[in-house]
Amino acid sequence: MADAEHQRARLRDPAEHGESRLALLLCGPALLLISAVALFPLLYTFWESLHLHDLRMPWRGRPLIGLGNYTEALADARFWGALGHTAFFAAVSVSLELVLGLALALLLQRSFAGRGFARAVALLPWAMPAVVVAILWRFLFEPGGAADALLLQTGLLARAPAWLSDAQLSWVPIVLADVWKTTPFVALLLLAGLQAIDPALYEAARIDGAGPLERLLHVTLPGLQPALVVALLFRSVDALRVFDLIYVLTAGGPGTATEPLAMYSFVALLRNLRFGYGSALAVIVFVPTLLLALVYIRLAGSSLRQEQR
Amino acid sequence: MSGRRVPLAGLALGAALTAIVAPLAFALAGSLSPEAQLFEGGLAAPGSWHLGHYRMLFADGTLLRAIGHSLIVAASTTLLCVGLGAPCAYALARLRFPGRGALLAFVLAVAMFPQISIVPPLYLGLRELGLIDTYPGLVLPYVTFAMPLTIWLLLGFFRQLPPEIEQAARVDGASRLRVLLEIVAPLSAPALATTALLTFIYCWNEFLFALSFTLERQTVPLAIALLRGQYRVPWGQVLAAALVSTAPVAALVLLFQRRIVQGLVSGGVKG
Repeated sequence: MADAEHQRARLRDPAEHGESRLALLLCGPALLLISAVALFPLLYTFWESLHLHDLRMPWRGRPLIGLGNYTEALADARFWGALGHTAFFAAVSVSLELVLGLALALLLQRSFAGRGFARAVALLPWAMPAVVVAILWRFLFEPGGAADALLLQTGLLARAPAWLSDAQLSWVPIVLADVWKTTPFVALLLLAGLQAIDPALYEAARIDGAGPLERLLHVTLPGLQPALVVALLFRSVDALRVFDLIYVLTAGGPGTATEPLAMYSFVALLRNLRFGYGSALAVIVFVPTLLLALVYIRLAGSSLRQEQR
Repeated sequence: MSGRRVPLAGLALGAALTAIVAPLAFALAGSLSPEAQLFEGGLAAPGSWHLGHYRMLFADGTLLRAIGHSLIVAASTTLLCVGLGAPCAYALARLRFPGRGALLAFVLAVAMFPQISIVPPLYLGLRELGLIDTYPGLVLPYVTFAMPLTIWLLLGFFRQLPPEIEQAARVDGASRLRVLLEIVAPLSAPALATTALLTFIYCWNEFLFALSFTLERQTVPLAIALLRGQYRVPWGQVLAAALVSTAPVAALVLLFQRRIVQGLVSGGVKG
């Protein structure tokens, strides 16, 4: 039946049939490789999360325990803590990055001497390894470091706080490091969005007597919406899987006060060697990312289809 | 723009650029100060320059070996991904075939998923194959993020390439494959170079897989993170290592910033 349909399709459009074969030839190797190293392992992580698998106790084997690892997570205070830290970090850093990124994009949009240089400087923090960024900001917030000196010399603080040994204050260098690393990049994305807005719209708004604020609210922001949504999605996906930055900056400490979910999963897997439980945590990290990815795919898909018409 | 507001905007821009550059300047000053004076001077520049940390760094050799490992892993991954990803991106951009949309969605989804979610099976699999702490043992995991990135960046480029040239060649009787090899490939050389550069940077910076799957053959980010240690951080040397390992990437970015921005923006972008 399917074969007959295939035959008919082939008779109707031989060119399309040839394109399909060429597409298979061109895409095959890349897709096979991605499937082998990414798709198959992802499914395996889910399968592993349904087992009790402790590499330190090989004699216990690898029995299937259904959702046992997930119910264990629900009763694990460290899991809830890590989940909260991840959500908090993502919410705070992504909001700051979007607001500051928009401001920086509006500044970079103006033409001025040295604009190319300014854009290149803005790319620098983004191109650096997160590990190096973490080290820079740890250095700035060490006792007696530049952050303390700045706050004391300007008289903003009378006494330097112990940034890195306080559960709440430890978030300050972490969030600042992430904002420093990615805001300029968000700005460059939004700058591309700004340049896509038709200048005639600004002219029309000016003729209608709109001030700068009104032009921002009624021309810039609506025109920028697609770029803002893309930036929001990508930054959220990235923030929800945060690992390197916190691992090096605070090592999740003091104690586990800044430990994100991806890091707790890593500790369960490769420090405690509890592969079943660690896999369950890894699956939990994956779920919100998948949801955001689906939203993005819907958006990107519809814009691709529009372009094809 | 109205002249009155320009000074204010200029001031804001100056402040933003200072905020971007200042941490780097502090790190540079720190790497050039004797260890004992590191947290003494406040905001002032150090009185005299001291190259001891850099000398120790190069005498020790750990960082140089790490740079070698990183170069091999990042270059192999980049070659593999651009080589296999470019034809795939071209097919996704130009050919009509069933399942094209699903394929695009799949590539994007893989680009977005968290690395930790495949660490358990990759660790078990690599251990089974005896590939822990080997070059293939890092290149294969790196393909998971580098291949979707390559495909996505090149897809953005191929879609911008005017199809008329290819159509004209087709009318003249050239096969699809010939068009691809003789017309599209030379036209895409700059895009391939930009994509390779970005893929290389992502591989160079990667940390979690390197931390999970290597012991002795440390990559640069891993070597720096381990240099920091848990207690009594040798700050001067750590900062020197951080700056030395970032310098080549920084130079590439400064040289090719226009191309990089274009590539990222047209490719749909990954932070």
